[in-house]
Amino acid sequence: MSDDALPGGERRQLAPPIDETGALGWMRKNLFSSWGNGITTVVLIVAVGWILSGFLDWAVFTANFTAASGTECRGGGACWALIREKWRYIFFGSFPYEQHWRPFFAVIAMLAMLITSADRRMWNWRLLVIWGVGSVITFLLMFGQIHIPLSLVLFIALAVGGVGLSLRKAIADTGEMNAYRVLAAIGFVGLALRIAGVLPAWSLAIAPLSYVETSLWGGIPVTIILATYGLAFAFPYGVLLALGRRSNLPLIKGLCVGFIELIRGVPLISLLIMASVMLPLFLPSGTTIDKFLRAQVAVVLFAGAYIAEVIRGGLQSLPKGQFEAADAMGLSYPQKTLLIILPQALRVVIPPLINTFIGFFKDTSLVLIIGIFDFLNTANQALVDPNWAGFPAEVYLFAAFIYFIFCYSMSRYSKYLEVELNKGTRR
Amino acid sequence: MAAKAARDLSNVASVIELKSVNKWFGQFHVLSDINLDVKEGEKIVICGPSGSGKSTLIRCINRLEEHQAGDIIVDGVTLSNDVKNIEAIRREVGMVFQSFNLFPHLTILDNLTLAPIWVKKMPKKEAEEIAMSLLNRVRIPEQALKYPGQLSGGQQQRVAIARALCMRPKIMLFDEPTSALDPEMVKEVLDVMVELAGEGMTMMVVTHEMGFARAVADRVIFMDRGEIVEQNEPEAFFANPQNERTKLFLGQILHH
Repeated sequence: MSDDALPGGERRQLAPPIDETGALGWMRKNLFSSWGNGITTVVLIVAVGWILSGFLDWAVFTANFTAASGTECRGGGACWALIREKWRYIFFGSFPYEQHWRPFFAVIAMLAMLITSADRRMWNWRLLVIWGVGSVITFLLMFGQIHIPLSLVLFIALAVGGVGLSLRKAIADTGEMNAYRVLAAIGFVGLALRIAGVLPAWSLAIAPLSYVETSLWGGIPVTIILATYGLAFAFPYGVLLALGRRSNLPLIKGLCVGFIELIRGVPLISLLIMASVMLPLFLPSGTTIDKFLRAQVAVVLFAGAYIAEVIRGGLQSLPKGQFEAADAMGLSYPQKTLLIILPQALRVVIPPLINTFIGFFKDTSLVLIIGIFDFLNTANQALVDPNWAGFPAEVYLFAAFIYFIFCYSMSRYSKYLEVELNKGTRR
Repeated sequence: MAAKAARDLSNVASVIELKSVNKWFGQFHVLSDINLDVKEGEKIVICGPSGSGKSTLIRCINRLEEHQAGDIIVDGVTLSNDVKNIEAIRREVGMVFQSFNLFPHLTILDNLTLAPIWVKKMPKKEAEEIAMSLLNRVRIPEQALKYPGQLSGGQQQRVAIARALCMRPKIMLFDEPTSALDPEMVKEVLDVMVELAGEGMTMMVVTHEMGFARAVADRVIFMDRGEIVEQNEPEAFFANPQNERTKLFLGQILHH
């Protein structure tokens, strides 16, 4: 077509046909492209409209938002007055009523901690600060008092010093290295003296509020704490398990495989029951470990095994050449793993990893089996009140809505991470 | 390609010595009784049919493969199972792979500075200066902040060469560096390698680029079935091959 040619030999860019663009074009192409598709579209729209109108009628138009008791509520649509009446119990459980501001701000602190650490720019030393400060605030609010034993302080000094010495060897200057040496030395000597009984069992008490024990905790803070700290500890643990499973050393490999298979082979509920009923039988009499902590550990162990298998998939997807190139440069095993292998392997497994996280966030509700009042359990308990009997749909719908907000946020975050981390690496 | 001056290497010290090296993959005898001396500054081209053990041979030199009998001495250090020993040798030996093996999650600059910073404990700034000068040498300084996936194959392989050079190695191993490249990119990589040879680097190159062998090599080695069948200076090697297997192989790769 010679009239398409511009002077200079370029071809004229033609606009697409008009009925292919815009809303009409889109509908024509995607909804009504043939008789069959057109009928399907109409039938589906009618069906969805019918269901939705029924639901809206129940949930909004005939719903009762203000009733003072269950009897007033009966007969109409949804009884949201129940949620209005019970929301504080559903969210905060048996935590002393007049102290509900404490779990409220604890939840805010944890959400702030999670949201700030979701930003990739924070993925450095700041993450440690955020989680350190955030955790202290959270548990100070929840417990009201924190006793920090001397041995813990010494242990942290030893750990920080040791980790600093081994990881920063390459890049730190002498001053920083000396600081690590001093920390490690103080920690080591202190712990040795403490174990030998020379140092007494001092502990630092921070006690601005009244003490609330974990058996009174309930609702949303319990769910978030179990899920957040469960996954925060399970993740590095799962990474170690996955690396161990690929180790060349038969003993380490065997232990990791054995652990993963053992944990994966039992239901979480049985693990929780073991942690709450059987573990105390094995402990020397007189020692007790907090039930909440035991459940938390069970969640960590269980999630760790699953996370390990997800990460193993990522490790296996890496081409052999990546390992060889790192080896050929003379990188040591920890350097190779931390700088080359894990950053790539984790990127690959973001979707299944977040999938596992979402699963575990919801699985924390199984702790109700051993009598811990997580969010779903407090929602359940709200139904027990005889004044408000008979409205399970409202309560479960409300609980489902809250769970959905969390899970959907995680799902969106997974999407963001995929895009963010693959920015430069896509062609 | 630059013409090379004939050199007498008889008085130069050996940097790589292989003494009766043997290796098996399961029952398969992949290297049988290999003896080889590589002098400092010598350029050796290894060729041979696929499966002849040529890649395995150079991969044994930096312990990507483990040999089961015999001795490999690199720069005075005998290869053993000692990790420190292996890492010491790897610091002196750079390697370029057929499939580039750049780290896709790091920028070109980070690919180059990684080993100097973490293995040689070099300050970041100094490492970056060296990296940029090497990128200049392989003629792609403008790509420093891109990621490997954004570069062409030839550019990636030049980055891989620069990455290996960043460690200031004494020896460079090339494992079929141009085999995965589109034809039009082979030359840009070979040019860099020829330049490197001109600067006196000790090189062992597994390749089928016979033009490169003629221009650069001090010695061409022909391997078949895990053995060194024949070795000679390039002119004599190509003009007058002695062994029937060498003749057959050269006939196959040169006449079509």
